[in-house]
Amino acid sequence: MAEALTCDNRLTQEYLDIVDEIIKPYRGQPGNLIQVLHKAQSRVGFLPREVQVKVADGLGVPLTKVYGVVSFYSLFNTLPKGKHKITICAGTACYVRGAKQLINQLKEDMDLEPGGTTEDGMFSLDLVRCIGACGLGPVVTVDDEVHGKVHREKLTKIMAKYKEE
Amino acid sequence: MSSINLTIDNMQVQVEPGTTVLQAARQAGIKIPTLCYLEEINEIGACRICLVEVQGARTLQASCVTPVSEGMVVRTNTTQVRQVRKMNLELIMSNHPQECLTCPRSTNCELQQLASELGITEIKFAGEMSSYEPDYSSASLVRDPRKCILCRRCTSVCENVQKVNAIGPQERGFNTIVAPAFLEPLGEVSCVNCGQCALVCPTAAIHEKDQTAEVWKVLADPKKHVVVQTAPAVRVSIGEMFGLQPGSVETGRLVAALRKLGFDRVFDTDFTADLTIMEEGNELLQRIKEGGKLPLVTSCSPGWIKYIEHFYPEMLPHLSTCKSPQQMFGALAKSYYVEQAGIDAADIFVVSIMPCTAKKFEAGRHEMADSGHQDVDVVLTTRELGKMLREAGIEFSALAEEEYDAPLGMSTGAGVIFGSTGGVMEAALRTAYELVTGETLPALDFHAVRGLEGVKEASVNLNGTTLNAVVAHGLGNAMDVLERVKAGHQYHFIEIMCCPGGCIGGGGQPIPTNREVREKRMAGIYNADQGMVIRKSHENPAVQALYKDFLGEPLGHKSHQLLHTHYMPRNRH
Repeated sequence: MAEALTCDNRLTQEYLDIVDEIIKPYRGQPGNLIQVLHKAQSRVGFLPREVQVKVADGLGVPLTKVYGVVSFYSLFNTLPKGKHKITICAGTACYVRGAKQLINQLKEDMDLEPGGTTEDGMFSLDLVRCIGACGLGPVVTVDDEVHGKVHREKLTKIMAKYKEE
Repeated sequence: MSSINLTIDNMQVQVEPGTTVLQAARQAGIKIPTLCYLEEINEIGACRICLVEVQGARTLQASCVTPVSEGMVVRTNTTQVRQVRKMNLELIMSNHPQECLTCPRSTNCELQQLASELGITEIKFAGEMSSYEPDYSSASLVRDPRKCILCRRCTSVCENVQKVNAIGPQERGFNTIVAPAFLEPLGEVSCVNCGQCALVCPTAAIHEKDQTAEVWKVLADPKKHVVVQTAPAVRVSIGEMFGLQPGSVETGRLVAALRKLGFDRVFDTDFTADLTIMEEGNELLQRIKEGGKLPLVTSCSPGWIKYIEHFYPEMLPHLSTCKSPQQMFGALAKSYYVEQAGIDAADIFVVSIMPCTAKKFEAGRHEMADSGHQDVDVVLTTRELGKMLREAGIEFSALAEEEYDAPLGMSTGAGVIFGSTGGVMEAALRTAYELVTGETLPALDFHAVRGLEGVKEASVNLNGTTLNAVVAHGLGNAMDVLERVKAGHQYHFIEIMCCPGGCIGGGGQPIPTNREVREKRMAGIYNADQGMVIRKSHENPAVQALYKDFLGEPLGHKSHQLLHTHYMPRNRH
């Protein structure tokens, strides 16, 4: 599928139509706000202002409330994510086994901070609190792939692999 | 249903089922401190100040959201209750700037008062403070998120009473902020500037834009001829700034105080309220006669105007083209009055004293300059005037009563009731009846359109034709009426006031403004009407002279040029 954004950073018509399709069955139903936002994000990748306005008008929810929900839940993001989504577990077990060093490493190597995206749009990074794989800590996931017992050299290798793709 | 028996502080109390512990305690004369609680509007148990001990409950309970039950035993004044309330307040204060001495709400702040009442004598918790910057983008209101305690009172009024939803809680945890969506500036969103948020804010997190400095400056300028107009609702509330009762009619002392401040002429917006009736009444009769757009909807309330521009732009043709009385006054002061007084229009400065924050925005609308200059230069709220009088050392309650200046200070009882919901309708009916029937009204009081009920309807027989009238106040009620019109209800004339109670409950009025205060001010308005010699707008001799000497006739060429306006559709987002 084509890129979601035009060169002046507006959502393309194709994606705006997709959002309209998602909203259609929920028109005038404020109670489905989170579900609709979730679906919209899974298709568009993020929730820019124009998507939130469409959701607000479509469901009949004030925009202040839509943004209130989007800004409350960390699973919603208003900026585009990278092609590959990295998460580092910062739960207690992973943290004590070196998650912090991995976070620092991405900052040093790729100028990538939690919540951010690399300049080339390849990677974005988020922190999570425990994915239930404490025995494998520190755990790093890239897209749907889980990497356990990650250390400096291993992380460099993982990144290199995705960069080649 | 049978009542519920409970014990509060060893007292036997009997209340209706569904009552909360807080209400039950109040009925029994027991005071429980509250902070986030706003009766019927914000009852969310968020601030944890109203905690009480309920026998058998594991923890202290927030009394504002705890319903009573049979045999309940409540204690409101134990060591634990006092300590925990205090600790909760100390935690709230840990993220509140200690700037009371220079704060605009100093001595009128619920947080400050509560800190005193709960016996807080030191700042126990010092740590990270919220760092959001104040928002000065609005013409009417200033948001200062640093002073916000996140009680949600403003957002619940904006959402549930006004149904504007300009602001809401955004972000999360320590970063939570009450703001428009995307933290956009208040001046750039669909906020209608009604200021109901500022009325209910316990601190100074939202307050009126203070323009007193601009007025002090022109008062000290000998080259300026500074005139002032006072809105109808200010005379029944200004006394509250000096410890007098709400609803005390202080017209004469208000005039005296303004003269003492140094205004060259003290005029009355009631004069142009009477003029509005002449223009709008004739507009109504013309629309009925010529098959114009009906129902006709009043246009006095600038919060309401901005609301319909944002939310119902398709209904703008229903609005009367009449400017509000404030703006009519400005246009006449800078044309008719300067001509009569032999003053250069560039040298006159028009100040308004309004119960309203939205009037500040209205005065700055670029189309409000039909005199060739900005019609109204500065708008001050009742609260700002109170502050100026204090600063000038004027002892309000000791003043002797004085009269307004002629000609723009002459008015009728019909003009003064503009200050209350239903007043414009009643004033219009008094005049329309007599203009249409040619007979004298047997009874002047239209009780059907008075009072605090949200939507009021009345039908009046005018020479065989029935005129269906409806009155709404508060934008939530206005929305209901607009939906009725869309659904095909046959009305001829609709009065809408943005604020609950009308202007007596305006966003620029003294704090507190609650239901009880609104009722008292409303009674004051009708007392003032009763006390007037002339009580019908078309009998105002100064208005008659204005038409004879200057305007010609209602809806004439000059009226259209100076007293009428147009509206613009605005985006909702």
